[in-house]
This record gives sequence, C-alpha cells and structure tokens, in this order.
Amino acid sequence: MKKKQLQMDRKTFMKVSLLSGTGVIFGVNFLQSCKSKKETPIDLESLNYNDFNAYIQIANNGMVTIYAPNPEIGQGVKTSMPMIVAEELDVPWKHVRVVQANLDTQKYTRQVAGGSQSIRFSWMLLREAGATARQMLVNAAALEWKVEPADCSTSDGYVIHPNGKKLGYGDLVLKAATLEIPEKVMLKDPKDFKIIGKQARNVDNFKITQGSPLYGMDYFEEGMVYASIIHPPAFGQKLIDFDDSEAKKIDGVSEIIKIGNNIAVIGINTWIAFQGKKAVKATYSEANKKESSTYFDEVMDNILSGEKVKGSKAKKLREDGNITKAFKEADQIIERVYEAPFLAHNTMEPMNFFANVTPDKIELKGPIQTPELTARQVANNLKRNVNEVSLEMCRIGGGFGRRLKGDYAIEAALISDKIKKPVKLVYSREDDMTTGWYRPKVKYKIRAAVKDGKITGYHLTEASVNATINKQRADFFPSGAIDNLLIETHSIKSKVTCFAWRAPICNFLAFAEQSFFDELALELKISPVQMRMDLLENAKKHKDNNMQYSPERMQAVIQKVVADANWGNTPKGVHQGLSVYYSHNSHVAQISEVEIKENQPVVTKVYCAVDCGIVVNPMGAAAQAEGGIIDGIGHAMFSEMIVENGVPKSNNFHQYKLTRLKNAPQVEVSFVESLEAPTGMGEPTLPPAPAAAANAIYAATGKRLRKHPFVKNGLNS
Amino acid sequence: MEINLTVNEKIRKVDVDKNTPLLWVLRDTLHLVGTKFGCGVGQCGACSVHMDGVITRSCLLPVSIVGDAKITTIEGLSEHNNHPVQLAWREIDVPQCGYCQAGQIMTASALLKQNNSPSKEDIKDAMHGNICRCATYQRIEKAVEKAVELTQTTK
Repeated sequence: MKKKQLQMDRKTFMKVSLLSGTGVIFGVNFLQSCKSKKETPIDLESLNYNDFNAYIQIANNGMVTIYAPNPEIGQGVKTSMPMIVAEELDVPWKHVRVVQANLDTQKYTRQVAGGSQSIRFSWMLLREAGATARQMLVNAAALEWKVEPADCSTSDGYVIHPNGKKLGYGDLVLKAATLEIPEKVMLKDPKDFKIIGKQARNVDNFKITQGSPLYGMDYFEEGMVYASIIHPPAFGQKLIDFDDSEAKKIDGVSEIIKIGNNIAVIGINTWIAFQGKKAVKATYSEANKKESSTYFDEVMDNILSGEKVKGSKAKKLREDGNITKAFKEADQIIERVYEAPFLAHNTMEPMNFFANVTPDKIELKGPIQTPELTARQVANNLKRNVNEVSLEMCRIGGGFGRRLKGDYAIEAALISDKIKKPVKLVYSREDDMTTGWYRPKVKYKIRAAVKDGKITGYHLTEASVNATINKQRADFFPSGAIDNLLIETHSIKSKVTCFAWRAPICNFLAFAEQSFFDELALELKISPVQMRMDLLENAKKHKDNNMQYSPERMQAVIQKVVADANWGNTPKGVHQGLSVYYSHNSHVAQISEVEIKENQPVVTKVYCAVDCGIVVNPMGAAAQAEGGIIDGIGHAMFSEMIVENGVPKSNNFHQYKLTRLKNAPQVEVSFVESLEAPTGMGEPTLPPAPAAAANAIYAATGKRLRKHPFVKNGLNS
Repeated sequence: MEINLTVNEKIRKVDVDKNTPLLWVLRDTLHLVGTKFGCGVGQCGACSVHMDGVITRSCLLPVSIVGDAKITTIEGLSEHNNHPVQLAWREIDVPQCGYCQAGQIMTASALLKQNNSPSKEDIKDAMHGNICRCATYQRIEKAVEKAVELTQTTK
C-alpha cells in the first residue's frame, strides 16, 4: 500500500482513477465538507451525500448510500449487491441507503439481470469497491494521527486508532479523497463477515408496501402521451393495410401511426390508447398453418422416431465412449419420452417503456434486464449514436427472461421519434401474452443401456422448436457419470419467437432427466438416492475439464436433503420424490412430498438443499428458492401456450392458468455451509422442482407423468 | 364527463370518459400508481382497491358507477404505512419483484376488516384470487397470519 499523499485536484483524481486497473472505476467528487459527529440516522433519504466512488457515497454524519448496479427483477440483487459493498466498507447495514444506479458503462460492468450471474460475476468487484473505500478512509485517519495504517482498524463506520480512539467515516471522507487509490486492498476473512450471511429484508419493502412509484409502468412526466401497439395476430404475418377511421373518432386518440410491421395508437391516457387499438381494422398476409403446436408435435415425433425431417438441424453435442456397442451389448434398454409446451413469461408488470427522442438526446426509462444492449439497439434502430442514449433503470415487475429482449423499448423509441413527443408505450396483458418470446416447445427421448444391473449407456435426443441444448449444458449431469453417452439435438425452425425462460433449457431438461433416473431406479430396483450417489461416484473418477458440475457438491446436497426430509421415514400417506440438479453454477437437491386429498395427489411440502457457496442474504436466497420451486411446480402442473396457425391461443389469465396460493406447497430451504464464492439463486432451484413432484406423484399413485402440464396429461385420469 | 370521486378520504374531481375503469383514473388521472395494472379482466387482483371497505377489482369498474362510494387505495390504507398488514408484509419480507403486492395487501386488509380472526382456510380462500408471478405465496400466507396476530395484540 502506498502511503504517499498526492496533491491532486478533483479533475486529475478522476482521470487517474478512471485509469486504475482494479475493475472498479472511481470518481471521487466531494460536493461538500460539512461535518457532524452525529451517528444516529434520522432520515436516510433526506441527507446530503458525498460521492466516494461509483458505488459509494458517504454523508456528513457517516451515513452511506450504495448504488445497486444491476436491474432488480425480483431476484433480490438490489439488496444483496449493496450488502457486499457495505460488508467490505465496514459500515452497519442499517446506516445504508440503497439507490438504483442507471445504465453507466463507464462506472459499472455487466449491468444485466440474467443467468443468475449478478452475484457470481460481481462478487470480487463489489468487495474490492467497498474495501478500497475503506482502505482510503483508514489511510486518511492514519495520516491525521501520524500512525501506520496497518495499525488502524475499522468497525461499524469508524476508523479505530491503535490506542482505541476513533474517527467516523463522515469526518474522514474529504481527506480520504486526496489520497492515492491503493493498488491492493485487504479483503475481509469471511469469518469476520457481519452483513453477508445475515438476514436482510428487501430494501424497497417500505416503498412497495405503501404503493410508491417504483416501476416503469408508474412513470409519468408532464407533456407525456400514452401509446398502445398492435402487432400481427400470427407469428410471421405481415401488415398489409389498416383502417383507422373509427379509432380516430375516439375522443382522446391523437395519432395512429405505422411502426414497421405494427400500428401504434397514441392517446391521452392508457385506457384511451387501448380503446383506440380495438377500433383499428388491420389486414395481414395469410397465417401459416404449419405454425401450430399439433404440427410441431408431429414433426418432433418423427424426429424422435429417427425419421429424416426436412429443415430440422441435427447436432451431436457430446459423445463419450462407444454408445452403439453399449446398446448392442445391453441386457435391457429403457426408453422414455418427455414433452413440454411453449410457455409465456407473464411478468406481472406488462411490457412498457418510456422514450423521449429529441434531436439532442434519447431518454429511456423502463423495465429491462439488458439495459446496455437495449440502449445500443435503440441507437441502431434510430440510426443514432449510443452515446446520445441515457437509460434510467427502475424496479422491475418480474423478468423471467422476457425482459432480456428490448423489443418494446425499441418500439417506444421509434414511436417517440415519429411523433416527436415523450411517450410511454404500454402493452395490454393480451399484447404481453401473445407477442412475447416463449419457452421453446421441446421433447426429449432418453434411452439407457443396462448390463448386469449397471447403466452402461445413456442416449438423449432432443427435438425442439427454435432452440436446443447448448454445448455447456451437454456437459451437465449425467455427462461424466456414464461411460458411453450421446447427447444430440434437432432444432425445428419456426416463426414463433422463442427465447430464454427462467432457467433456460434446464427448466425442462432437468424434469426429463430427473424423472428418467427415477424410472431407471425403479426398473433396476435401486433406491433413487443410491442411484444418483453411485452415478456421482463414477463422475468423480472421470477426468474431464468440460464437466460443469461438482460430483462432491451434488452428493452433499443430496445427503443434506435426505436428512432434512427424513427420506424413507415418512408418516403413512406421505409419499416422497427426489430430484437433484446443477444449473446456473449452483447445486440443488429437492424432495417433494405428496399426499392424496379428495382422491387427488397434492404436493404438500418440498424440502430443498442448496449449495450456492457463501449465502449473501439468506432471507433473499430462501425467497428465491421458495418462489422458484412453486413457480416450477406450478408451470409443470397447469401452464401451456398452444399455438394454432401461428396464433397463441391463450391471451389472458382466464385462459392461461398460473399457480395460485392454494396450489402452493410449503417449501423448506436449507443451505450447505460453504466458503466458496457465491453463485446465483434466481434460477437453479426451479429446474429440479417438477421432477421431484412427478416422482412423488408416482410414488403416491403409480401414475408416471411425462408431459407438461400435468393437469391435462394424466394427473387427473 | 366530470365526476367527483372520494379517494382516500379526499374528494377528487376528474374529467374522463364515463366508461374509463377506475384503475386508469387512479393511475393516469390522479397519479395514484400504487394500484397496479395486471390483466384488465379481473383475473389477477393487482388492481384491487377497497370500495366502501369491500375488496374490488378496479380494472373492471367503470368510474361512472363508483358514485359516492369511498375508495381506498394502497396509498390511503394507513397514514404512516403502518397498517398491520403493511407491517407484517415487511417483517415477513414478502415482496420479490413487488408488483402484485399492493393488490395482495389490499385483499388481506379487506379480509381482516371483515373477519379479525380468519382461519387458515379463510386466508387461503381470500388470497387465492391474487396472482403472484414470483410465487411468494408461502410468505403471503405467513404475513396474513402475522397481521392477524398484530391486529389482535393492538386491541
């Protein structure tokens, strides 16, 4: 650590700090130097704060503002990411106010909500940001006291002198700003964590419970108009012409414009814009009859039965050993097919975005998981420079992958550009549900070769619409656990827009594989627990750098959940099902319990053991698991989007069943104690949930459910 | 048309199309945006408000038929964000994305108004109509139970 004090003006400091290679970009900008010894927070919102770095501002009295860099879609990063900064800064969490950062590619890295990567990616960055600020405050105090910084310590927002006297951070910020940024900082030993690992509540709870404007949907400014949009009813359809004469007669409808293949209706409020939309008569090119769920089913069945299908793309993603030999020499071959429909995301907050496009600048505000990418796409669509775009981030009413796509933000910008007004584009629920990006419809055929009671071959064939397993996921369990293995995929091209849906690919792949292993265990008369433990034992011997999971950590979560759920020792009438999965860098095992109530199998309880490394916020992490499991089981039970002649057949919640309170099992979550760097929690608890439920339903009823949604495919028959 | 509405104990004069659902009058005209738009067809409960104390889906209610009825929105549920349901919601840490929670809180507080010692089944019945896409149902149930407890201890 360098102790030399640098005489720099603020501008120089900024420049130097921007060049510093720590990955954290500093911009010290002290606005005022008013000091106060008071340490009791009165009203965190009303204080004046001094910028410390991109993440931290410290107020006169030592209160701290921490910027939450990533989009908050309900996964909890607006709480957990600032906790990490506060931990290393060493301030009490109750003295911290959290503010949502806007898109700023200079200050922040990877402002994305996706793939459960926020915490994993930013863990060291956030720690270093906090620790660097802390070290500069220590250095400032050491200079003041004329002692060695190494002899000083910090606690709860104070620097402590070797003799025990102390100075508050609020008294030191100004001095600290004139010091050189230390090149290396000490990070806390995890055993000294005071904030990380403690229960913290959602930082926006107060605002949420009083209905404060927090969401893009809530945004309003004077002079703003409202827009609705009409997309073609069928995928792949082209807008030919439209008659807006009736719509224009509606009082309050100001403009109706063509935006590419869509029509935008501008009005004085959302309701009027919706009314105008209903009155527009549009004609479209003919819809394609082949864009239907039933047609896709046929094609996928043909693929899985080995027929050559024109237009489908086949790929071998992983091939180990000699699969042909394994199946040729097998005593027994077990083959099953698992099927899933398209799913809509159905975020509670429908798509919406505010845009104000002027000759000087492009202002955007709204719910988006990919602000940086979307800003670029908006600029491209407007043929403008991305530097002209500012994007304000707000709390987001659900993501689930839908808002990785910024199509609606681009539409809002194009509308604003055309009408030369600030505009808020709002999708109706029908727009949201029928013009989204769907979880691909998919079928898996899985075959196992068995010889002398052992699994000697594993062959998974995927047939899916518009998406496939990728190389990385082909290296998930059971790859590495079975010597002869083949993972191959076939993708059918379709106009149905498909994209990531919470825990992409894994959300159904886990169901297929973890159901299959349950079926195999029954066939081979081995306990489902033992079958997984044995396979993982094999995987340990397998030297393979591509392997994505840790057999040891997977075994540990199995053992934990087996203990938590008292596997095999349930009261009469309670039936259990096991599932274990690694996805999005976390290992999760679950045991579902099913009871028969009114002649129906009901999932009453789910035990969930998770290894996500260090648990940053146990309260938030448990919430993700509770929600992820109920979400996963709910969709497997009830939900599907059928497409007919290119048109999604469900357009609102009366036709698209989502799980509700009475359907929700009780979820009990436990975490493996770990000192490993943390991984994400938004996704990994969802994939194993449907198979644990289906395996328990089989145990309770003897009904094997292989097709989602269960309510339409065997649960009640 | 000009309409007088009683919202959160204040008379508010609005000039809107008579068929406009109360939801959009609250949100776009009065800028009380705590009441949320979710589905527009009364299926999700995000738009729930109290009308003379009774839980009502504001997305289906034409503003012209509200008349003299007293409307309470999440913003007017309590003076200091301290209704037992609001307190319980924060203590149990219910919200994930939070978007549906105003509707959930209004539904729970209407239940408590009618029945200050609801059974588990009463709670399930009352809350079943509100969708939470993040599936915070377990904590919703727990928070309503907590709110019941808080209501009873403050009496």
